[in-house]
Amino acid sequence: MSGFPAALVLEQLLNGLQLGLMLFLLASGLTLVLGIMDVVNLAHGSLYMLGAYFAATLARATGSFWAGVALAVLATAGVGVLLEVSVLRRVYARDHLTQVLATFALILVFNEGVRMIWGPQALLLTVPQELARPVRLLPGLGYSAYRLFLIGVGIGLAAGLFLLIHRTRLGMWVRAGASNRAMAQAMGIPIRRVFTLVFGVSAGLCAVAGALLGPILAVQVGMGEEILILAFVVIVVGGIGSVKGALVGALLVGIVDTAGRALLPPLFLRLLPPEVASNLGPAVASILIYLLMAAVLFLRPQGLFPVRA
Amino acid sequence: MRIRPLPASEVRRISVAIPRGAAGRLPLAAAGILLVGFPALAEAFGWRFYLNLVTKAMILGLACSGLNLVLGYGGLVSFGHATYFGLGAYTVAVLAREGIHAAWVIWPAGILVAAFAALVIGAVCLRTRGLPFIMITLAFAQMVYYGVVSLKQYGGQDGLRAPRTELGFPLGDVALYYLTLLLLSACLGILWRVVHARFGRALQAIRDNEARAVAIGFPAYPFQLVAFVLSGALTGLAGILMAHHAQYVSPAMLSWPQSGAFLLMVILGGVGRFWGGVVGAAAMVALEEVFHAATIHWQLPVGLILLGVVLLAPRGLVGLLEGRPR
Repeated sequence: MSGFPAALVLEQLLNGLQLGLMLFLLASGLTLVLGIMDVVNLAHGSLYMLGAYFAATLARATGSFWAGVALAVLATAGVGVLLEVSVLRRVYARDHLTQVLATFALILVFNEGVRMIWGPQALLLTVPQELARPVRLLPGLGYSAYRLFLIGVGIGLAAGLFLLIHRTRLGMWVRAGASNRAMAQAMGIPIRRVFTLVFGVSAGLCAVAGALLGPILAVQVGMGEEILILAFVVIVVGGIGSVKGALVGALLVGIVDTAGRALLPPLFLRLLPPEVASNLGPAVASILIYLLMAAVLFLRPQGLFPVRA
Repeated sequence: MRIRPLPASEVRRISVAIPRGAAGRLPLAAAGILLVGFPALAEAFGWRFYLNLVTKAMILGLACSGLNLVLGYGGLVSFGHATYFGLGAYTVAVLAREGIHAAWVIWPAGILVAAFAALVIGAVCLRTRGLPFIMITLAFAQMVYYGVVSLKQYGGQDGLRAPRTELGFPLGDVALYYLTLLLLSACLGILWRVVHARFGRALQAIRDNEARAVAIGFPAYPFQLVAFVLSGALTGLAGILMAHHAQYVSPAMLSWPQSGAFLLMVILGGVGRFWGGVVGAAAMVALEEVFHAATIHWQLPVGLILLGVVLLAPRGLVGLLEGRPR
């Protein structure tokens, strides 16, 4: 790596960390829903989109970014609970394929609903004033204060989630449900209420990610599907049902993807003839995380941190 | 002690004894006559648009029938069948760009490319089961997708024009319609033979109880791999037809939403039902068209109808038509 300036590498690592932590917010909910309820929820990305739209609208209505984000998280969690009670509860007992069809139908409904309410144009959500200026980390390295804030929020929420899952009674129920649902139910855990709660919390976490990534990425229809695939990659790499796996998987995917995109093309340009490198660099960078997933699945089909014995 | 497999002659006797759905012949004959006569009707009433729509439905029906072989009869949820569809289509466009227009080169080449991709991808993916299988097929599909997007000389993100091949006669809309109908019928005939032959029964036995099937002498891996390659080849053929139909190919044909759409159509029609792929594709094309014409927000009613199908018709449309399970 001698040819690369250390500042560039550090910046890309921070970007990767930030993407990874935001992915974790999505993946932790997805992995719990799949691990405990055994539901493949493709509409998870729609909740992320909804969170971003709510945040953009409510931030404008209240005039405050922070109030917008907070209200958006509450609203999206409410939608999540409604969704669980009205639709998802009916497909728990069905096979994964049926759940795929049902939640894909939900994607269509959400996308079109959003388009009908907000119109086809992307919404604008701006970085709050107090975080708009870059922070000087090292001499010669300025870094976006907003991205640093995202890293902080991500670490805080991850720590909170770990405490919730490993230190509280509710968390114990959730872990019991993930490792053996029938046994958990037999031991008297109110599994239906746990399901609704987990779904609401995971919808709220989606909204946090959607609202906070809104100023960096575009708030538009279809934003959910793009990130959904990444979240699935994360939970498969980490091991389904494992929050720790989701964290490790998310950081791996975030850093590999970001660093690959930033560092591989210049590396290839140096090693290969330019006409080959200009094609190959971006292609290899985009498939890097899928190579990672294929390799993990091939060597450890249960993921890095399997939950079920 | 190793349990010896049933002799092939015995297996054949058993499979012949099973009725071949004689009750289904009448609607099938009616549908056949309707499809053969449709272009004449379309010509008389000026329904060129609907002629192309039916062609599209038949092409997607072929792709979905190919997918249904692994999904329904093999029990393998492939989340990457758009890869074979797109590779078939891209072979047409890329060879045409390179100046090769002869159909007898392009068509077999497209099928071979798709089948070879299915062989390589299937050989790796079939070592896993369940959710890992779904995700690893997706992973390979994404790799091929980004590979194709990076081919700047073949259009990259923008796609590529695919002029219709010179077959010795002009390939107009009506000719393409009949060609599609012919190929769809031939492939369905092959599929019917395959799923009712010893091979197809072994495939279903492996799906239902792998340990038992292996114990009586049907190893899962080779059977599933052959099914995967055949499935990929059929889906690739559908891709070739689609390239001719649209006269344009784009990376979207290999993207994961396309793979999801194929899965969706098969689930809608009926997983593991012989006509599930065709019925699902036709229903989806019709649904999209009806609501597309009525409102720009066509996805909302389509989504609600799909949701209704899930909650009310668990065995898909074909299951709904057949009535109670036997």
